[in-house]
Amino acid sequence: MPAPRAESAPDFPGVQLHIVTGKGGTGKSTVSAALALALASRGNTVLLCEVEGRQGIAQLFDVPPLPYEERRVARGTTGAGDVYAMAIDAESALLEYLDMYYRLGRAGKALDRFGVVEFATTIAPGVRDVLLTGKVYEAANRNRRNKGAREYDAIVLDAPPTGRISQFLNVNTELAGLAKVGPIKSQADVVMKLLRSSRTAIHLVTVLEEMPVQETGDGIAELRGADLPVGGVIVNMVRPQDLDAAERAALLHGTVDREALVASLEKAGISADDELVDGLLEEGHDHAERRQLEDTQRALVEQLGVPTYELPLMPGGVDLAGLYELAEALCEEGLG
Amino acid sequence: MTPRAATHQSSRATARVGPLVATHEPKQLLDVDALLDDRSRGIIVCCGSGGVGKTTTSAALALRAAERGRKVVVLTIDPARRLAQSMGIEALDNTPRPVPGVKGKGGGSLDAMMLDMKRTFDEVVQSQASPEKAEQILKNPFYIAVSSSFAGTQEYMAMEKLGQLDKDAQHTGRWDLIVVDTPPSRSALDFLDAPERLSSFLDGKFMKLLLAPARGPARLMTAGFGMVTNAITKIIGAQVLQDMKAFVAAFDTLFGGFRQRALRTFELLQDRRTAFVVVAAPEPDALREAAYFVERLRAEQMPLAGLVVNRVSSKPSGDLTAHAAMTGVEQLRTSGEDHGLAAGLLRLHADRLTVVEREKRLTRRFGTSHPDVPTAVLPALSTDVHDLDGLRRIGDLLGAQVDHRPARRRADQAG
Repeated sequence: MPAPRAESAPDFPGVQLHIVTGKGGTGKSTVSAALALALASRGNTVLLCEVEGRQGIAQLFDVPPLPYEERRVARGTTGAGDVYAMAIDAESALLEYLDMYYRLGRAGKALDRFGVVEFATTIAPGVRDVLLTGKVYEAANRNRRNKGAREYDAIVLDAPPTGRISQFLNVNTELAGLAKVGPIKSQADVVMKLLRSSRTAIHLVTVLEEMPVQETGDGIAELRGADLPVGGVIVNMVRPQDLDAAERAALLHGTVDREALVASLEKAGISADDELVDGLLEEGHDHAERRQLEDTQRALVEQLGVPTYELPLMPGGVDLAGLYELAEALCEEGLG
Repeated sequence: MTPRAATHQSSRATARVGPLVATHEPKQLLDVDALLDDRSRGIIVCCGSGGVGKTTTSAALALRAAERGRKVVVLTIDPARRLAQSMGIEALDNTPRPVPGVKGKGGGSLDAMMLDMKRTFDEVVQSQASPEKAEQILKNPFYIAVSSSFAGTQEYMAMEKLGQLDKDAQHTGRWDLIVVDTPPSRSALDFLDAPERLSSFLDGKFMKLLLAPARGPARLMTAGFGMVTNAITKIIGAQVLQDMKAFVAAFDTLFGGFRQRALRTFELLQDRRTAFVVVAAPEPDALREAAYFVERLRAEQMPLAGLVVNRVSSKPSGDLTAHAAMTGVEQLRTSGEDHGLAAGLLRLHADRLTVVEREKRLTRRFGTSHPDVPTAVLPALSTDVHDLDGLRRIGDLLGAQVDHRPARRRADQAG
């Protein structure tokens, strides 16, 4: 685990928009939620958004499914800010967009009837992504002129997985073949400007396994190639670090002092029969093997040249309490 | 094609399907070898949410089938680089190639290919249209965008490719089993909906709307029509609309063909020759997706072979409870002496038991609501799989779910 930074000052001070991606199964939704809590604990008003219709945030915070509407999911006590959350879907974003910019109240409905909304949000390439990121852009650019709209100090976007992230964020290029001019193109341009600016950081979640680490490296290269600002790498589900190198080596090579182990176990008030000791040694062996693999992968992550953060594996799964613990860990490590 | 409501998120709020009270019948095990040896099964489709080991599972099934004597082709979508290398399919060229190092017994063989979605789409267009028309379509900016980045093209093209491989297999006899890996969709259901989504779009009101002006004064020229075209022009710009119209006009004659193909693919998926294997990991999201998928397959009358739960933590031996282990750790801590190894091992033991307990709870939840789904449970491996030996190991674990060996040998090899 990297040494905790001396001052737990946030590593990304100028960043307002934190985009979190990661390979499927690495826990990017959990990390997004923990990051939102961490940011709020520093007094920020935070918006946490999801765009894939999975309702992952609602499950993590144990609240009913989120609508296309900002709902408060966590309320900070003294000095801390609140976390709001919303599920952004392309259909609602399109209708809102039309209403805001074109005041198409009735025509909007007609569009829906003619299948235009479905077309634009599911078939027209890139349009869906512009709509989703466009809503995030809108939330990031509120000011006092917007009547009654809530201003956010920080926005955390639980984004699509690493394999699709560059395409998702690179709305400009995606649309380029389709719309060279026109309003949708201008919309894409302003969104792109925010995404490429120093107000944005894209974090990648990984676990210490070969494929996710490789995909993280590829993702970083792709993001950089597209001129998108890479933030940090969050290594999730790190195995406990109780056993030291010598102990792990002994477990791997089967050279553990069995008698000493039995004596220790007796001391712990555990009657150490052969079955138990064999079982523990086997678990220890698996663990040591796993740690070896993790160390190899960790070395690769460190070579990626971005700040890294580590979050522990939660054996019982991540419930609300676990989520708060992860948020605390992120704070201590300086992210959020 | 079965008529269905728009593929909107709300459609997922369906009622639970299955028994309403828990039954205590022993859970059915998925007999993988029986599935692979069943010559009447020509297609195995692996599906499940992203990150559950779908690609590895489908490759392992394909290899095992080949080494049990089937002539197999596996269609993968996005394999890990090293796995792809070891299977000899680094080139994304839509061509099935023999996998080196397969010990095919009794005429068994394994070919593998990686899906190139754009090329597949182009081929469909070329097979459906005259050369001039095909060229016109392939050059259209709107087509280029749709064929390379439409959310769902990959799913649709995977199904299209399956149809092609099946036809090829029937014709040439080159393969007798096709194993398909499905794209890493946001939701496991996307791939079932994609063909329908595209064909309903091609068939839909919107297309008719776009074609209407070219066809003269149609009935669609209602009050709503002008408003809608105006709105579209405002939003996407006149140029895009022009490209789209050109695309639709050129594509018009192909609609019939496309719909036909989508329909055939859907029928192929419902055919008894096909078997679906749903893949999951012992995590809430993955199992929830698996449950949706199982229920959906039932609703569509698509043949479900069973569920594979990957990466399950195995229960450690001995009967030391997590609580007792942690009490022991506490005792060692207060002793003031160095018992690092024992304390560490006890903590690992407690963690492992907690994980096992949690995974058991999650899979039991699935099993209770879907008791008749044969299930295979695969232990988590402490190393990654990136070569044929690794795939064989997975294959052995898959095959070992149901024990076909005589009782005596079973006892010999236990442990």
